[in-house]
Amino acid sequence: MTRLFAAILVLLALTGGAHAVSDPAEMLANPVLEHRAEALGSQLRCLVCQNESVEQSNADLAKDLRRIIRQRIVAGESDRQVMAWMVARYGDFIRLSPPFDAMTLLLWFAPAIAVASGVGAALLARRGRAAPPAPLSVAEREHLDALLDP
Amino acid sequence: MEALTRRRLLMLGPLAIAAGAGGAGAALLLRMQEGRYDPHALPSMLIGKKLPVFTLPGQPPSAGFSSADVTARGRPAVVNFFASWCVPCVEEAPTLAALKRDGVPLWGIAYKDKADATAGFLDRHGDPYVRVARDESGTVGIDFGLYGVPESYLVDASGIVRWRWAGGLSPDIVHQDLLPKMRALA
Repeated sequence: MTRLFAAILVLLALTGGAHAVSDPAEMLANPVLEHRAEALGSQLRCLVCQNESVEQSNADLAKDLRRIIRQRIVAGESDRQVMAWMVARYGDFIRLSPPFDAMTLLLWFAPAIAVASGVGAALLARRGRAAPPAPLSVAEREHLDALLDP
Repeated sequence: MEALTRRRLLMLGPLAIAAGAGGAGAALLLRMQEGRYDPHALPSMLIGKKLPVFTLPGQPPSAGFSSADVTARGRPAVVNFFASWCVPCVEEAPTLAALKRDGVPLWGIAYKDKADATAGFLDRHGDPYVRVARDESGTVGIDFGLYGVPESYLVDASGIVRWRWAGGLSPDIVHQDLLPKMRALA
């Protein structure tokens, strides 16, 4: 059982790292720059498939964007500059990880809000519950015993 | 009595929320059915900004054009990206032809298309454009933030993009969005 589990883990690890960019012609000769390009591409959303990154997608537009990333990196632009170039054209939607700003405040705080409202609801429910009845007094218990055992 | 109203409120609250969500969902579906809402559509970053600067070669026999040419006549115009390989482009062809009849200046850009394929497309489905240019590499499209074809951009007389539609134009969209916005600019 553990062996099967381990095998599944190994398989997952192997497939998880796979990229669609298997075409060596697309890659940069300099491994440092290529690594930067791949890291950038995996932070960008493919606009055509929308749930894949630019680095993973086989869409034509993703291929073009991969080429542009590499051209701009070779031209000496920083990661931030390349990102800004993309966002200027396609908006924040192209970033797979949304930025932290006024527009995305609700998005980033949604988990905290959900937990807080859950805790709040639980507390309210506890407070609203009626107190358990007081235990019977000695006189009541005697009366009850008398009723039960005539 | 108090407990009763409280219980009723507890019942009505979720019911009201469910009814609201249901109403909103129905309105969304209706707009999708009418083709006025596309859940995959992205907002354009170009709205309120100048048209990207470009100069493109022509699709013979048309001459090419630049971003300056689009607004050189000092009136609003529409830039339309299309391709012979795109099905919604075929579907929107009659709508574009009607726009031409209405006197709307349409500037066509053939996106990532071969010249002879574009020529065949214009032969089959009509050529409603003032001019047709070729963006064979697709780089001008990317400067527009294009993520598919067709896409249409309404540009005002000063060259500022006022409206963008991603997908084929239908008579509904033209009459409810494009033409009213164009009249407001004129």
